[in-house]
Amino acid sequence: MKTLVIAEHNGENLSAATLSVVDAAKKLGRDIDLLVASNSASNVLKEAKAVEGVSTVLDFSDEKFANEIAEDLAACIVSVRENYDFFLASSSTSGKNNLPRAAALLDIQQISEVTEIIDDKTFKKPIYAGSCIATVQSSQEKNALTIRTTSFEKTGASGGSAKIETKDVPDTVSRKSGFVKNELTVSDRPELTAADIIVSGGRGMQNGENFALLEAVATKLNAAVGASRAAVDSGFVPNDYQVGQTGKSVAPNLYIAVGISGAIQHLAGMKDSKTIVAINKDEEAPIFKVADYGLVADLFEALPDLESKL
Amino acid sequence: MKILIPIKRVNDYNVKVRPNQTNTDVDLSNVKMAMNPFCEIAVEEAIRLKEAGKAEEIVVVTIGDDKHQEQLRTALALGADRALLVKTDNVLQPLDIAKTLAKVFEKESADLIIMGKVGIDGDNNQTGQMFAALTNLPQVTFASEVEINGNSVHVTREIDGGLETLTAEMPAVITTDLRLNEPRYASLPNIMKAKRKPLEELSLEELGINIETKITTLKVESPPERQEGVKVETVDQLVDKLRNEAKVI
Repeated sequence: MKTLVIAEHNGENLSAATLSVVDAAKKLGRDIDLLVASNSASNVLKEAKAVEGVSTVLDFSDEKFANEIAEDLAACIVSVRENYDFFLASSSTSGKNNLPRAAALLDIQQISEVTEIIDDKTFKKPIYAGSCIATVQSSQEKNALTIRTTSFEKTGASGGSAKIETKDVPDTVSRKSGFVKNELTVSDRPELTAADIIVSGGRGMQNGENFALLEAVATKLNAAVGASRAAVDSGFVPNDYQVGQTGKSVAPNLYIAVGISGAIQHLAGMKDSKTIVAINKDEEAPIFKVADYGLVADLFEALPDLESKL
Repeated sequence: MKILIPIKRVNDYNVKVRPNQTNTDVDLSNVKMAMNPFCEIAVEEAIRLKEAGKAEEIVVVTIGDDKHQEQLRTALALGADRALLVKTDNVLQPLDIAKTLAKVFEKESADLIIMGKVGIDGDNNQTGQMFAALTNLPQVTFASEVEINGNSVHVTREIDGGLETLTAEMPAVITTDLRLNEPRYASLPNIMKAKRKPLEELSLEELGINIETKITTLKVESPPERQEGVKVETVDQLVDKLRNEAKVI
């Protein structure tokens, strides 16, 4: 039996998350196939073929994959179920949306947000916003896992030479949902979940304009900009900046938390960062309990100072 | 239009949950319980649709022991019309929850099923998608805006990278994200009134559900503790530490 990894892409490039999922898949000790559902995404297929460790790329091509609809993707996964005893996707919004639908159709109890693969039946995953780590064992013949990408390395993006297998696209004309539009945040910074350094702002930033102070520091460090839920709810920055239990999980080399108190829900998304810096004027703020370096200071003085010294 | 809202009883979100002494499970013995925050948002959305004249009836459902009546009563006090408790002492995993809800849906039917995107206890984010699969209904997950348009629903979703809008023909399944709305509080008169609203009990047996334990928890531990850090006095010291000690910049 083999492992099927559901590839993520934006129509042009394979996402870095997919490389982490392939790394996780390697720990299961089976041949790895990559499922690519796309509309004529020749470059995605080229990149998929080159991923180190992948045997076969399953190419599902159809206009309907221009936008990803869970019903369509789940049908693709189900159509190739016989050859696989593992189905893996990243725990991005895409993987979270699609894989449980496929798992239910295959009568599989999925395991979400896997952070460690102990053996092919035993896995670790955080529960209760990361307050506890559960070790779970599956008695199922087939398993579906979403992978917390920050807990795994990225497998090589080149050097592989998988063969491409063209698959028949399942008919889902009767599906009852459809794409209308998307509004994506345009940014020239590194992607939040893939960045080496992240500078995040919280309620202490006071407004959206003040995020310019953070961005100036981020520019010097080639860092991504993140935010706490408070900053997002107050409308300072868009939702997809949010780090935490309900936002993105990140684990960069350096995480600089500015004006963030450090609620459990925020810590859930960043406490596996290698080095954590907190800048906060409240010296009692819980963020200092997890920070390697804490600076008790007014961020409006500290940020420009920091920028000038980098 | 009828709306079905599955809700979940979980720990209060402010409580930090710890493993029990034998590391076999979490210790919830003295933990304050509440309705899952994402489920509160689902209830609120349904009430708003009813207030806007788009929905006639709101039915809430949960699965669990007698204590789960508390969360059903909370939903009734907020504005739900009827409640269903599928009674069991077992703790069900998402696939079994989805199967149970699919049976409830067969019995009750509904035009819209709104539920939280994730329980803050298991952090699974599966039930809505699984329920939609089992009932062969369209799914729109992580909703931050819901608009009813005749026989279909327009939903803005929160995705990595921004927002996406999908349309789905009803009946449809929507899972809620935090930014969908700001849930209201129940008033005392409404809490009193909720006590007289119908709360029907069902059993897993009469729904024909056999629970299958497909995943067993072997161990529950605290995550590794981080070393206590140091406080620096100045930005200069901070930059020096990051450059020369942590070597991260």
